[in-house]
Amino acid sequence: MEFLSYLVSGISLGSIYALIALGYTMVYGIAKMLNFAHGDVIMVGAFVIFTVSTTWGLSPVVGVLISIVFCTLFGMLIEKVAYKPLRKASSLAVLITAIGVSYLLQNAAQLIFGSSTKSFTSVVNIPALRLFDGALVISGETIATIIISIIIMIALTLFINKTKPGRAMLAVAEDRGAAQLMGINVNATISLTFAIGSGLAAVAGALLCSAYPALSPTTGAMPGIKAFTAAVFGGIGSIPGAMIGGILLGVIENLSKGYISTQLSDAIVFAVLIIVLLVKPTGILGKKINEKV
Amino acid sequence: MAKQKRVLKQSTKSDFITYAMLAVAFIVVEVLTFTGNISSLLSGLLVPLCAYSILAVSLNLVVGILGDLSLGHAGFMCIGAYVSAFFSVTCADAIPQTWLRFLIAILLGGTVAGIFGFLIGIPVLRLKGDYLAIVTLAFGEIIKNIVNLLFVGIDENGLHVSLESANALNLTENGKVIIKGALGITGTPRDANFVIGFILLVITVFVALNLINSRTGRAAMSIRDNRIAAESVGINVTKYKLIVFSVSAFFAGIAGVLYAHNLSSLTATTKNFGYNMSIMILVFVVLGGIGSTRGSIIAAVILTALPEVLRGLNDYRMLIYAIVLILLMLANNNEKLNAYKEKISITNLFKNKKAGNTLDKEANS
Repeated sequence: MEFLSYLVSGISLGSIYALIALGYTMVYGIAKMLNFAHGDVIMVGAFVIFTVSTTWGLSPVVGVLISIVFCTLFGMLIEKVAYKPLRKASSLAVLITAIGVSYLLQNAAQLIFGSSTKSFTSVVNIPALRLFDGALVISGETIATIIISIIIMIALTLFINKTKPGRAMLAVAEDRGAAQLMGINVNATISLTFAIGSGLAAVAGALLCSAYPALSPTTGAMPGIKAFTAAVFGGIGSIPGAMIGGILLGVIENLSKGYISTQLSDAIVFAVLIIVLLVKPTGILGKKINEKV
Repeated sequence: MAKQKRVLKQSTKSDFITYAMLAVAFIVVEVLTFTGNISSLLSGLLVPLCAYSILAVSLNLVVGILGDLSLGHAGFMCIGAYVSAFFSVTCADAIPQTWLRFLIAILLGGTVAGIFGFLIGIPVLRLKGDYLAIVTLAFGEIIKNIVNLLFVGIDENGLHVSLESANALNLTENGKVIIKGALGITGTPRDANFVIGFILLVITVFVALNLINSRTGRAAMSIRDNRIAAESVGINVTKYKLIVFSVSAFFAGIAGVLYAHNLSSLTATTKNFGYNMSIMILVFVVLGGIGSTRGSIIAAVILTALPEVLRGLNDYRMLIYAIVLILLMLANNNEKLNAYKEKISITNLFKNKKAGNTLDKEANS
């Protein structure tokens, strides 16, 4: 029973990682860049909800909706201002710019909201589920997280495989030049990718801060790194890979917290990642690209 | 035949400029210190500046020469710092001569970090690109995580190590806990000063530049440019990658020693030994120009000093720092601006002069 409870909360945490990892992996697949600022978009989203629901006193659901819209536009803005001029630059240059954006967001949030940790009111209003005569209690946040994540993942998979903009994303990821020759608007597609990724980050932010109700300007940093790890774990660039990687990472983290050591859990997560990558150097679902001279 | 003109090799010339720059910087700082014109803020920054410069030069070996993205460099720094601080605290009474103790601490910290670099390098360097980046990041985080849980004490029976608590060490009455988990090491002798830091920096630069211009360096650069082609002409990829990676880890360890002996208490946080630090060092290297030792040092100095100089702006300084970073990257990669820079660059003016361009001559006079 203890195991089940760790497993369920692990899946819930993993779903949040998966949502964030989707943003990483989509941007990586299409723009070939590591968007280090992605984790901080989560923080921005959570602060928007915090402002709307706590400071303005509106309902949390409105807060979440505003946060999603805000982050979507914000992600497109970041792409336009900071990344688009660097389309032809080396990937390291873009990486450093992303780090700069990450610093910028954290410090701007610190200026606006202060560095103290805010307590975040949960946006989920579902009673906890009691199973086996109360031996297994699943919190409302956990249920909401898992259900919302499943819906989003199915919707995203359908969107990418069935709709025209989605398939344009796949085409750009495959070969940007060829896609452009086929009449796909590459810039708009990249912009769309950032929009979706940032929107997902806003959802992840709402769920993350509902489950772990502490909000500070650096809230997004560690989940961001973990989600990046998850994306690589599943094979970066692969959308199902990000989902599997995220959930596995969350489960491993929670099980090692429960059975081995709370403080060592991060080390264990990273150790598992190293082992997986040594056995399968391109992640679980990553494609192996043969090099040519 | 015309008389053969003695020409310096391009690399020798460039190295010479680097050493000259270091010498000038050293003289300026010494003169300022001697005449008492140095602010306390700047004098406090001198040792960290040396440590960060060493880190940037050593990471440049991996990123610039090996062409691999490493995000775990702070981990090696952490190992060097902890090993050397442990040594210095333990042997503070046994070896009263400061210089000897510090020398051993430097060698010990560097060597242990180098050994870790070698051990981690064996599996890690098989990976490529972003996978390598994430695995080095993972190793860095693991090192930081374990160091934060590490308790080490010493008594007559020898060393006691535990990952749980100080009580689990089972020390005798005379025992002393040296590494106290998240509280780190306290009471490290503050042996580091600017002269020592500067000497270490010069040694690092010397080794790095000679490594780059050696057979090993050329082999590493050929692997960076085309791994398969390098392999096919008989270059042992693993061997050269490991050599460069270990040397880089060694110097990162030395930077850690310098860092640890500049503070009396040492703890491992995300800021100093976590991925934030690794990323910070990477920023130095990329902004200084990947592959350029001189650039790495300049960027490390400017970017370390910038937030301190902006201290007057208080809350806004890190914001300004972030904006400057983004703008620098954007400006560096702006085609129009680069074309303009090419036009006004001094080297080009001289080149044109040599070619007998009268227009430029007029402009110069």
